[in-house]
Amino acid sequence: MSDKAIEGQPFVRFDKVQKSYDGEILVVKNLNLDIPQGEFVTMLGPSGSGKTTCLMMLAGFEPATHGEIFLGGQPINNVPPHKRGIGMVFQNYALFPHMSVGENLAFPLEVRGMSKDECATKVQRALDMVELGAFSNRMPAQLSGGQQQRVAVARALVFEPELILMDEPLGALDKQLREQMQYEIKHIHENLGVTVVYVTHDQSEALTMSDRIAVFNDGVVQQLSSPSDLYERPDNSFVAQFIGENNRFDGKVTSVSRGNCKVKLDSGETVEAAAINVGGKGERTTLSLRPERIEINPKSKAGRNVIKGKIEEAIYLGDHIRTRMTAGGSSDFIVKVPNTAGHTPLEEGKTVNIAWLTEDCRALDPIV
Amino acid sequence: MKTNIVKSQIGAAPARSGSRLWLWLVGVIVLIAIVPIIAILVIAIKSENNIWPHLVSTVLPRAAFDTALLLTGVGLLTLITGTSTAWLVTMYRFPGSRIFSWALLLPLAMPTYIMAYCYVELLDFSGPVQAALRELTGWRTSRDYWFPEIRSTGGAVFVIASVLYPYVYLTARSAFLAQSVCVLDVSRTLGAGPWSSFRHVAIPLARPALVAGVTIALMETLNDIGAVEFFGVRTLTVTIYTTWLGRGSLSGAAQLACVLLVIIMVLLWLERWSRRNQRFHHTSGKYHDLPARQLGRWPALAASLFCAAPIMAGFFVPASLLGVYAYARIGTPDSGSFLGLAGNSLLLSMSAAVAAILAGLVLVYARRLVSWRPLHALTRLASIGYAVPGTVLAIGVLIPLAALDNLIDGWMTSFFGISTGLILSGTIFALVLTYTIRFLAISHGAIEAGLGKVSPNLSLAARTLGRSAGSTLREIDLPMIRPALVTAALLVFVDSMKELPATLLLRPFNFETLATRVYTYASIERFEDAALPALTIVAVGLVPVIILSATIRLAFRKDRIQPTSTAPTLSAHH
Repeated sequence: MSDKAIEGQPFVRFDKVQKSYDGEILVVKNLNLDIPQGEFVTMLGPSGSGKTTCLMMLAGFEPATHGEIFLGGQPINNVPPHKRGIGMVFQNYALFPHMSVGENLAFPLEVRGMSKDECATKVQRALDMVELGAFSNRMPAQLSGGQQQRVAVARALVFEPELILMDEPLGALDKQLREQMQYEIKHIHENLGVTVVYVTHDQSEALTMSDRIAVFNDGVVQQLSSPSDLYERPDNSFVAQFIGENNRFDGKVTSVSRGNCKVKLDSGETVEAAAINVGGKGERTTLSLRPERIEINPKSKAGRNVIKGKIEEAIYLGDHIRTRMTAGGSSDFIVKVPNTAGHTPLEEGKTVNIAWLTEDCRALDPIV
Repeated sequence: MKTNIVKSQIGAAPARSGSRLWLWLVGVIVLIAIVPIIAILVIAIKSENNIWPHLVSTVLPRAAFDTALLLTGVGLLTLITGTSTAWLVTMYRFPGSRIFSWALLLPLAMPTYIMAYCYVELLDFSGPVQAALRELTGWRTSRDYWFPEIRSTGGAVFVIASVLYPYVYLTARSAFLAQSVCVLDVSRTLGAGPWSSFRHVAIPLARPALVAGVTIALMETLNDIGAVEFFGVRTLTVTIYTTWLGRGSLSGAAQLACVLLVIIMVLLWLERWSRRNQRFHHTSGKYHDLPARQLGRWPALAASLFCAAPIMAGFFVPASLLGVYAYARIGTPDSGSFLGLAGNSLLLSMSAAVAAILAGLVLVYARRLVSWRPLHALTRLASIGYAVPGTVLAIGVLIPLAALDNLIDGWMTSFFGISTGLILSGTIFALVLTYTIRFLAISHGAIEAGLGKVSPNLSLAARTLGRSAGSTLREIDLPMIRPALVTAALLVFVDSMKELPATLLLRPFNFETLATRVYTYASIERFEDAALPALTIVAVGLVPVIILSATIRLAFRKDRIQPTSTAPTLSAHH
C-alpha cells in the first residue's frame, strides 16, 4: 500500500489514537503524529510512557482502542501484521535459531513468491550491505551479538519495505558496539531512504540518529522536534528535565511582556526569562537553564541576569570543569566551565557572580 | 499537558478476524471441558425422584467417614515419607543417596489398583508370606495367629501412600533445594543445629510445597477406585460407582459426585491458601549444589534403609511379583489376547495424546496471540478436568453425549432413515474425550512451559516478515517446542494407559484395555493371569518417571532454572 502514498500526505499518520489494555487506564492518550516519507523518527521516553505500545500498534500487534492509523494514506487498523509490509527489528534480535542466516533472510522472500535465484541475489545483497556476505550458512548461535544485530537489520530490509520499525534494537549491545551500530543504522537509512520509526529510552542514541524525536511521557507526546530544538528549546519542564542536563528554579511570575517575563524566585532574587509555557502574573513557573549557558564572573552585565552563587565542588573533566554551586535556592546548581585559557579560578567555598542571557533561560510549566 | 481522556469511549479492544477464530477455538475447548461438571450439577439438582434424604440416611455417612479416614491416613503417611526422604537425600550424603534421589520416584509408575492386587496376593491368607509363616510355626488356620488384614482401610492407606508419596517427595525436594542457599546457610551461621534448622526454617518455608504435594496425592486418592473397592473400603468414589451401576440411580450418583466435588474444591482452596505468600520465598536466584553433610557409619546405614524402604514397598516388591507371575505365564494360550489388549490401549492413549496436544496448543497459543485479560482465566478453566475424579468425569461426559446421541439418531432416522444408535457415548469416542478432558492440564502445562522459553519476539518477527498466525505457529514455534510436545504427548499417553475408573464406566461393550483386563482378572481372583498386562502398564509408567528425573537433573545442573518451575509443571496436574 505504501506505493499509493499521496503527494503532500504524511506517510505514517496517527490520528487521535488511544490505547487501553484493560478498558480503564489509557496507556496512549490521544496521539497525533505525522511522519513524512524517508524520515527517521525516534519515540523516546521513560519505560511505561507508551512508546512501545505505539510501535506495536503501528506494526499491527495491538489494535488501537480508538482513532485510526494510516500508512501511505490508507487506514490500516484492520490489516493484520503480515499484510502490512513493515520491516521490524526487535530487541534481542529475534533471529530464528533453527534457521541459518541465509534462511532467516530468505524467510520474508519465500512468502512473496520469488524465484530461487532472485531470492538468493537479494539475500546476498542484504548481507553484503551489513558486511556479513560470507556468513550465509552460519547459524545465529554461532554469531556474536553485533553480528546477530546486523543480520536482524538485514532481515528487516531484505524484502524492501518502505517502513522499518526498531524496538530498542541496540539495548543488548555493549557501549562501544552500540555507538558503532548507531552510525551504521543511520547510514543505511540515508542510503536507502526508508522511513524509520525507532524506539529507545536512551536519549544520546535518539539525539545521534534521529531527524525528529517524539518525547513520550504518560501516554502523551510531550514534544516532537529536531534533536537541537528539543535540547535548546524545550516546550515544557518534562522535556527540559528529560533531555540533557538541566538547572531548574522554581518561582512566581511577577510580570509578562513582549515574550519575556519577570520571575521572583523562591529564594528571593528576581530574574528575567523567555516566557514559553507560563500562565499570567501570579502563576507559578519552573525556569530551565542549561549548565553550559552560564558564565561565572562575566565581564559585561548587558542583557544578562546576574545572581550570586557559592562554589561547593569543582570536578576537573579535561575539556571542562563541572562546578556544583548553591544558587537561586538550589544546592545542586551545575555550571560547566570550559577549560579555556585564563578562565576564572574556581575555589571551593567562594561566592561568585553567575550570569546568563535572558533568552537562554526558559520559563516553563511548574513542576509540583 | 494536553490529555484528552474520553473515559466512556474506552472499551475492550476490538479483535481482528484472525484473533476471533482463536478465541472461538478456546471457547469450544473450555465449553467441552466444563460441560461434564455442569451436566452433573444439573442432574443432581433436577432429579425428579429426590433420593438425597435417602442417600444422607444410608450410604453417605459411611462413605464420608471412610473417605475422611483414608484421606487422613494417606495424607499423613505421604507427608512423613515424602518430606523425610527428600530432606535426607538433599541434605546428607550416605551410601546410595544419589541413586535414591531419583529411585524414590519409581513408585509413581505403579498404579494404585495394581499395587492393591499385588499386596493382597502377597499378604492374604493363601499368599506366600502367611504360608511361609505357617510353615515355620506349624500354625494351621487363621485362628491360630494374628496377622494384619491387608483388605482394610489401613491396608488401603499403606498401599496408596506407598505409590503417592513421590508427589510430596518431588515438591519437598524442590523446595529444600531452592531455599538452601539463601536461608539454611544463614540459619547455620546463626547457630541453629540441623534439627533446629529443619524444624524452624526448612519446614515452614517449604510448607506451600508440602501442601501442594499432599494435595496432589489426595486428589489421586479420591480418583482411585480399583484399590479401595478391592479392599472393601467404601469411599465416596466407590459409592458413586455402585450407586450408578449397582442401583441404577444416575441422579443419586450425580448428587454424591457433587459432594466429592465440594471436597476437591476445599482441597484446592487449601492448596491455594497455603501458597498465599509464596512469592516471598525465593530471595535468591542462585542455586548451587548444597554442601551436603557426610553421615557417619550407623546414621548412614539407617538413612539408606529408611530411603530404601518406600522404594521396596512401592516398586520393587510388587514389580518383582508381577515379573515372576508374568514370566510363568509367557507362552500360555491367554497371552495371545495380550496383543489385542495392548492394541486397544495404544489406540485409546494415542488418540487422547494427540487430542490433548492439539487442544493444549490452541489454549497456549491463543494466549500468546490475543491480549485479552479474561483469556488467562478461561484457559485455566479448561484445565479443570484434572481435578475431577475419573468416575465423576465419566458420568459427566456420558450424560451430554447420550443426549447428543439421541439427537443425532433422531435426525438421521427422520432424514435418511438410518439409525446411528450410540455413535458417541457407545464408542471409544467417549473414552478419548474423557481422557482428553482429564489430562488436558498436563499437556497444557508442558506446552506452556515449552513455549515460555521461546521469545514472543520470534513470532512477532515472523508476522512482520509476512506470515499469518497459523503459519508462524507451523514454521517457527512448533519446530522450537517439539521437545515439549513430545513430553506432553508421552505424559498424556501414559496417564491414559493407566486410567481405570473412567475406562471401566465408559468402555464400549466387550472392549477391554490392559487396565480393565487387570481389573477384571483381579476381581475374579485370577490375578496371575493379569500379571503381563499389569507389568506392561508399569513398564510404560516408567517413561514419565525417567522424563521427570531427567528434567530435574537438567534444571539443577545446566540451566539453573528455578527448581520449583519443573516439578509443578509435570506433577501438579496428575
